[in-house]
Amino acid sequence: MTFILNFLSLGIPFSVALLIASLGEMFNQRAGIFNLGCEGIMAMGAFLGMLIPYSIGRGADVPGIYNYLGLLVATGVGALLGLFFAMVVVTFRAPQGIAGIGLQMFGVGTAGTLFRHFVGGTQSIPGINRAPIPFLADIPVLGPLFFNHNPLVYVAFFLVPIAWYVLFKTPWGLRVRAVGTHPRAADSIGIQVNKVRFQALALGGALAGLAGAYLSLCQAKMFSDEIIAGRGFIAVALVYFGHWNPVKIMGGALLFSLAQALQLAIQGLGIDFPYEFLVMLPYVLVILVLTLSRKAQHMGPTALGKPFNREMRT
Amino acid sequence: MEHTTRTINSLRVEHITKRFPGVLACDDISLSIGKGEVLALVGENGAGKTTLMNVLMGLYHPDEGKIFINDEEVHFKSPNDAFACGIGMVHQQYMLVPNMTVLENIALGYKQAWKGLKLDLALVRRQVKDVIGKYGLTVDPDAYIWQLSVGEQQRVELVKTLCLGARFLILDEPTSALTPQETDELIVLLKRMAGELSIIFISHKLQEVKDLSSKVAILRHGKVVFQGTTSDHSSSDIAALMTGHEVVLPHNTGEACCLGPMLQLKNLKARSDRGFLALDDLSLYVCKGEIVGLAGVSGNGQRELAEVINGLRHVESGQILFDGQDIANFTPAQVIDAGMGYIPEERNTEGIVPSFSMKENFILKDSTSSQFNRHAFLNNKEIDRNANELREKFDIRSPNIEVAAGSLSGGNIQKVILAREISRNPKFLIAVYPTRGLDMGAAEFIHKQLLQKRNEGVGILLISEELDEITNLSDQVAVIFKGKIQKVLPSSKASRRRLGILMAGVKDDEEI
Repeated sequence: MTFILNFLSLGIPFSVALLIASLGEMFNQRAGIFNLGCEGIMAMGAFLGMLIPYSIGRGADVPGIYNYLGLLVATGVGALLGLFFAMVVVTFRAPQGIAGIGLQMFGVGTAGTLFRHFVGGTQSIPGINRAPIPFLADIPVLGPLFFNHNPLVYVAFFLVPIAWYVLFKTPWGLRVRAVGTHPRAADSIGIQVNKVRFQALALGGALAGLAGAYLSLCQAKMFSDEIIAGRGFIAVALVYFGHWNPVKIMGGALLFSLAQALQLAIQGLGIDFPYEFLVMLPYVLVILVLTLSRKAQHMGPTALGKPFNREMRT
Repeated sequence: MEHTTRTINSLRVEHITKRFPGVLACDDISLSIGKGEVLALVGENGAGKTTLMNVLMGLYHPDEGKIFINDEEVHFKSPNDAFACGIGMVHQQYMLVPNMTVLENIALGYKQAWKGLKLDLALVRRQVKDVIGKYGLTVDPDAYIWQLSVGEQQRVELVKTLCLGARFLILDEPTSALTPQETDELIVLLKRMAGELSIIFISHKLQEVKDLSSKVAILRHGKVVFQGTTSDHSSSDIAALMTGHEVVLPHNTGEACCLGPMLQLKNLKARSDRGFLALDDLSLYVCKGEIVGLAGVSGNGQRELAEVINGLRHVESGQILFDGQDIANFTPAQVIDAGMGYIPEERNTEGIVPSFSMKENFILKDSTSSQFNRHAFLNNKEIDRNANELREKFDIRSPNIEVAAGSLSGGNIQKVILAREISRNPKFLIAVYPTRGLDMGAAEFIHKQLLQKRNEGVGILLISEELDEITNLSDQVAVIFKGKIQKVLPSSKASRRRLGILMAGVKDDEEI
């Protein structure tokens, strides 16, 4: 029982970075842009999120505030990188896959270089700690599972219904879905396709930046070159996995993270079993589920990856 | 914009010119339409009709020329400006987002329903109900677009355009994807609407032009070559002006004679993409030197039948005897090697590789043959010679043989496919909707080629929705309904009325 409880309460916070980043990626893809550079934006977010409290927050009167300033800066720079990516792929119509890989390398490389310049070596920071919710956290079983987490964990799960509402119930969400599925149709009734794509990429970038900062400020409480560890790419995969739907994406993020937590917990039991196989478990699981699950028909953004050019004759 | 509430008494375009790289799409076009008029804009493919309408909608910016509404010059920077003036367009390829509902599609352009963070779908629903009631259109507002048939989608387009306040409708080939029944319904509907609205509609089906329009303008190579009152001119006058020469669609006048069966389908069963039996115990045979026309409302198994014969779809049971050999479940390559020619339904995605050049598309099926291949290298000299010969023989209008096939017009793409298939000297030809969406000139050419092949002894299975095409060309007419052959008639006994009844699923037609 405690084993199960332990791995579940470990798995939930694991899912946060994936969840936030993939919700962002979902908005990108719903608008028709597929941003492989998510990993790079996350790396920049992780670095900036850590740098602010580390450099200006040290010795300040209320150091906690600088943690949140870090989150804010990471989110803002994420949005700027999203806009930069938009300029490359929307305005200049560069191939999205290649530009995305470029952004990934740019982000990871820049974050690492700046880290060595401003910080030097591995430094741990106090970061943002758990915030148990009064009363609720004391409920047996449910308390430790759901109400004894980092504040950003609550935020991330709260983002799921918000993202759903924005995507399906607001005029902006309607425009996003239209430009990602049939941009010509959107254009023909007066939607500015590229403007909506810029907005969606800014939002996606902001969320990727926030996800990165979560890793350095809340999860690892430090920065290293490998801190993102492919989560940006997994986030991209989770969007497909979740059929561009926030609720299903949350399911995917949880599945992956719980598998991750499970393999760590099994390793902790000290059973004589090659741990390399355990490490593979979450990835194998995701591949299996992706292969076996029903493919989304009719519901996805069919213009994904295609630049829009009104006067291009088709 | 301040124009919103004003009615459109007249719309005039003057000296519109629009160039695309290498193409002069509209060349000094001037037209005018008054209130309550229906103008038919006719012309062959590539004559510039759609480009002109996109200029009117603010989708393209003209290089030269002016637009006047009620004698006042207007400038359309984007479709929004055109909507604000009350102009709405139903595009040939429907501008509907498939994974959204009818209401959502309309809400996309209905800015009154955008209330900050809330999308007021109830307001859209009321507006849709108003329009539906006023014009007697039937549309389910909560259906997803992908669930709707082509005819239903078109009604959604009309409702959408009217909801957005259009009082001046532009319809770009509104009937090109409709079945004959849907076409008739649309014409009735448009006639009713013409009382209150001005309509421009683009078409190259002259019957519709005669039925619907009060004025007609004919475009050729980007120029207006004729304008006048529709009732003053016969269909054949208009056809001649459109193509620049007299058009007589050829008829099959040969004697029907069976030189022995070439393709024999026996009790075929196959499933559609969605898993139901699309071909249900279908039997049919076609002789050498004979055209069998397969008539039917689309979606009754035509696509599956063509795919099954060409090895593109799995046969569950039954036989396909081709020249005595059972080719059921052969691979496409084996079917091609057996001597089958195929003009597929989707010319852009199945018939050609759009990004390949024209000359490469000619040898798609023969890239490994010794004619185009020397020691594992492509024989470019021979490929060029072949391409030039076919281009000339089939009158394919293209700048050269190197152009990407996808950049050609529909009619020319179809000629490329036809040239490739015919030049391979097939024993049999399956032609699926060979003239769908083509203008009269191109259709005439393709019909002539098919008839010539028939006279040379090739058997042809012609799948079409155009009853005239079928009765003009066929020796025998077979009617398909729900994956079965309803009846096979000699062409002489296949009247429109009789075919229509059979296509609707009524089996015993003798007394009617």
